[in-house]
Amino acid sequence: MRLATIVLGALVLASPASAQGVVNVYCSVQVEWCTLAANEFQKASGIKVSMSQKGSGETIAQLKAEAQNPKGDVWFGGTGDPHLQAAEEGLTEAYKSPRLADLHPWAVKQNTDSGGKTVGIYAGALGFGFNTELLAKKNVKAPACWADLLKPEFKAEIQMANPNSSGTAYVAIATLVQLMGEEEAFKYLKKMHANINAYTRSGTAPMKAVARGETMVSISFVHDGVTEALAGFPVKTATPCEGTGYEIGSMSLIKGARNLPNAKKFYDWALTPDAQKLGAQAKQFQVPSNKATPLPPEAPKFSDMKLIDYDQAKYGKSAERKRLIARWDSEVGTLPKP
Amino acid sequence: MNSRAPVSWSAAWSAAGLLAAIVLPWYALQEGLDSGAWFGGLWSSEDYASALAQVVEHGKWWLAPVLAALMACLAAALVPATRQRRGTLLLIASTTGLLLFVVQALGIGLRGWTAGWLTTMFGELDTRQVGLGAGGAVVLVALLSLLSIGLALRGNFGGDAFVAGAVTTVAASIVLFTAWPILRILVQAFQDGDGLLAPALLVERLATEKIWSLRCLSGGGRCGVAWNTLFLALGCGAGTTALGLAFALIVTRTSFGFKKTLRVLTVLPIVTPPFVIGLALILVFGRSGLVNQFLEWSMGIEPTRWIYGFQGVFLAQLFAFTPVAFLVLIGVVEGVSPTLEEASQTLRADRWATFATVSLPLMRPGLANAFLVGFIESIADFGNPIVLGGDYGVLSTEIYFAVVGAQLDYGRAASLALLLLVFALGAFFLQRRIVGTGSYATISGKGDSGLPTPLPDAARRAAAWVALPWAAFTLILYGFAFVGGFVKVWGRDYTPTLDHYAKAFAVERTADGLIWTGAAWNSFWTTLKLAAIAAPLTAALGLIAAWLLVRQRFTGRGTLEFATMLSFAVPGTVIGVAYVFAFNVPPIEITGTAMIIVLCFIFRNMPVGVRAGMAAMSQIDRSLDEASLTLRGRAPQTLVYVVLPLLRPAIVGALVYGFVRAVTTVSAVVFLVTAEYELATTYIILRVINGDYGLAIAYSCALIVLMLAVILLIQFAVGDRRLGRRAIALRGGRA
Repeated sequence: MRLATIVLGALVLASPASAQGVVNVYCSVQVEWCTLAANEFQKASGIKVSMSQKGSGETIAQLKAEAQNPKGDVWFGGTGDPHLQAAEEGLTEAYKSPRLADLHPWAVKQNTDSGGKTVGIYAGALGFGFNTELLAKKNVKAPACWADLLKPEFKAEIQMANPNSSGTAYVAIATLVQLMGEEEAFKYLKKMHANINAYTRSGTAPMKAVARGETMVSISFVHDGVTEALAGFPVKTATPCEGTGYEIGSMSLIKGARNLPNAKKFYDWALTPDAQKLGAQAKQFQVPSNKATPLPPEAPKFSDMKLIDYDQAKYGKSAERKRLIARWDSEVGTLPKP
Repeated sequence: MNSRAPVSWSAAWSAAGLLAAIVLPWYALQEGLDSGAWFGGLWSSEDYASALAQVVEHGKWWLAPVLAALMACLAAALVPATRQRRGTLLLIASTTGLLLFVVQALGIGLRGWTAGWLTTMFGELDTRQVGLGAGGAVVLVALLSLLSIGLALRGNFGGDAFVAGAVTTVAASIVLFTAWPILRILVQAFQDGDGLLAPALLVERLATEKIWSLRCLSGGGRCGVAWNTLFLALGCGAGTTALGLAFALIVTRTSFGFKKTLRVLTVLPIVTPPFVIGLALILVFGRSGLVNQFLEWSMGIEPTRWIYGFQGVFLAQLFAFTPVAFLVLIGVVEGVSPTLEEASQTLRADRWATFATVSLPLMRPGLANAFLVGFIESIADFGNPIVLGGDYGVLSTEIYFAVVGAQLDYGRAASLALLLLVFALGAFFLQRRIVGTGSYATISGKGDSGLPTPLPDAARRAAAWVALPWAAFTLILYGFAFVGGFVKVWGRDYTPTLDHYAKAFAVERTADGLIWTGAAWNSFWTTLKLAAIAAPLTAALGLIAAWLLVRQRFTGRGTLEFATMLSFAVPGTVIGVAYVFAFNVPPIEITGTAMIIVLCFIFRNMPVGVRAGMAAMSQIDRSLDEASLTLRGRAPQTLVYVVLPLLRPAIVGALVYGFVRAVTTVSAVVFLVTAEYELATTYIILRVINGDYGLAIAYSCALIVLMLAVILLIQFAVGDRRLGRRAIALRGGRA
């Protein structure tokens, strides 16, 4: 018995207790970026990062399921709408980072819109992706404007995601509504329906289909196209001449976090240029939210685009979102296949 | 076993429960049992204290009645009494104990009372309880064992404590790890956004055109997801059963020369991580795929997208689930007794008549089971519809996106899940109607040394014409997938490279020994370890359940049979979310551990073990069991020495399936994996999402090789069933 106690005691002493503690991060950007961020933060702070990568939809589902007994501390990345929704549902905690002053206005606005419960860490514009080989083969000019997508030469050549399942598609619809007014936007969507070959379930699928030559044009976030092009696929992107909307990749502190002080340290660190450089290192080309972060040369630049004044607060609300999606569903989604 | 045995067992279980209540921490420990830190705080620390200390020192008075019930059990075991009377006493004491256990576990949680009305009734509780730990678990098991001993002593379950224990174990585990989580999430179908009961909402959620529209039949428009799901499932059930039967017949009843190859080939799709078949299909049949490119180049036919939609998903599901049907059917086809076929031929029936009127009807339970499995696999399938569905929505994808998509509507997800369950239920009852109550036993103790009748020519030709092109097709697809791991960018740049394998599985040799630097090693070892733990448990639980369902008569048998199928019918995503809902809060708080992943594997994959076991067991004549019983063998001996050796194909099937599915499952574990316990499939999916197909395929190939090795190992370790039959005459097939 005594021997057992000694052995057990030795085991207890042997297990290294990290002096700085841990932080549990739910990460909704690409896995390379997640791993890089975890390693670099660990190096910078000595705090052990336990990182779990999931899409933003899956993460908010998990936050809801775990609401009574949260297991995560910080939610890093992923498109802004679920973050706003989590804020609305009280799943996340308000925090005013001292770094807030260094950020672009759109990132700060995300923070104020949510009552301080989330903050922008990167932004990506909505646009078109197209397969240059297919365009050349069919001798079609690449689309440059929203209006181009209605042309007959794109018949059954465009893919966009289904807003029922994809945040990307919702951003597209909300953009069109803000650009044209609701009635005109739905008229446009109904006309474009003739040129759509599929409303995919996932938001990134159309760009992948463009890369593999399964469709000619996609409505996607343009930075996803850069990633495909770098992987060797004949993909180019454009942002519509009439103007376009954008997503704000966000970060939130989870309500009831067990390691709140460490979570705040991670949060502050993630807003520094050093941390935001890691996105480009991981071949992700969104626009970082800290003004001092250098923009990678491959990244689509906001200065070259015509951005609309996207109202994240209004169109991020669940009620508005439900209404627009329901309208799309009954007026566009159920139209017969052309 | 003599008649005193249950008595001493009951004393032993009571003592074990009491001991655990004194020397093991009642609640779960943050750092796990193996750290040993609890040992010193067993009495004084509120976190580490045993049940007894919790009652005496820490004010957890509600545990006292549970301990009292255990003591009553011990008393009931020790006082002199008749068998009947002792049984009744044990039954009363253990049932009371269990009830008290459940009430306190559910009533008091992390924030004191778990429900508002409890607080108003008893006042605010200033203490709380976390998840159950080792002490609580042992006491629960002890109480359940005492309950089954009590039942057996009273003469239930034929007075056999083993049978009673098995029924209790299977039932309790299914209630805990299948029914409870699923119920928890299904309740949401009747709740509005704020958690208030609103049954009318269910009707509103389900009675929409999106679910029930039939416009695709009349031409314009799309059908509702419910019909989509049904059409697909019926097609998949019928298709996989036909293909599976063709393969099973070729392997068992013909002289076809490459049976071994064929067997491996039929197993290939099942060991393939999801998405690989889908991607390979796109590469071959997609718009830029080989077939379309060739057609355009040779005949100028405009490439189309026919692969996206019903056709593609159907094809992919046939690839994926035919092997399952084959595994279910092979045991059945092998088991059909030649004696009956010989009798039929002696009566001047020709081979075709024999096949159609004797062999085929005898395979009916197998066929019905294969169809059921195919049907249910199809409606629960998630990976194929998501890759190839295009905008052909089915219930499982619809549920997934209701949970994780832009809608985030658990109520809708739960309602759709309910609908899916109803479909599964329908198939289940239909299958029961088809199999009916006839006897299909053909393996009996009597002399059984006939020659299996060769297939009639027409049937043989049909089987060959169906199965062989399919096999060739499978080979082509796999060839592609395999090549994909060795080229730079799949579908674009076919420069050969080993980079993908190096990135995933690099090992560096340094002075300190080997360092596993590859990106895949961590998830690889975790997967291997967890699957190896889960597979034997899955098979054991599945086969015990099958044995109980086929061989034992007890009340609630039908309910138990349905319950075993429950988790199979619900799509993985729903199970995953349900597990997080149910097991993130006390009394069972295991999210973030390896245990929850293993449990999910076991209870998700057990149904196939049950089906395979039941199909195989209904062929074994009961007289064999009776002979064993006459020779004074009791239930456990009969099971081990008579039934199990005859069940070898089913055991292999269940073990293989348990392992393979644990390695290849995605949707169910997406919510359960953590950074510490990352699995191979979730890692692969991330690579696919990221467009890194090369690495994903390289990793998948490595997994396929691993699983094939494990399958061979299992086959070798379990061995074949040796029926006293002469070897099949080779010339027969060609005659």
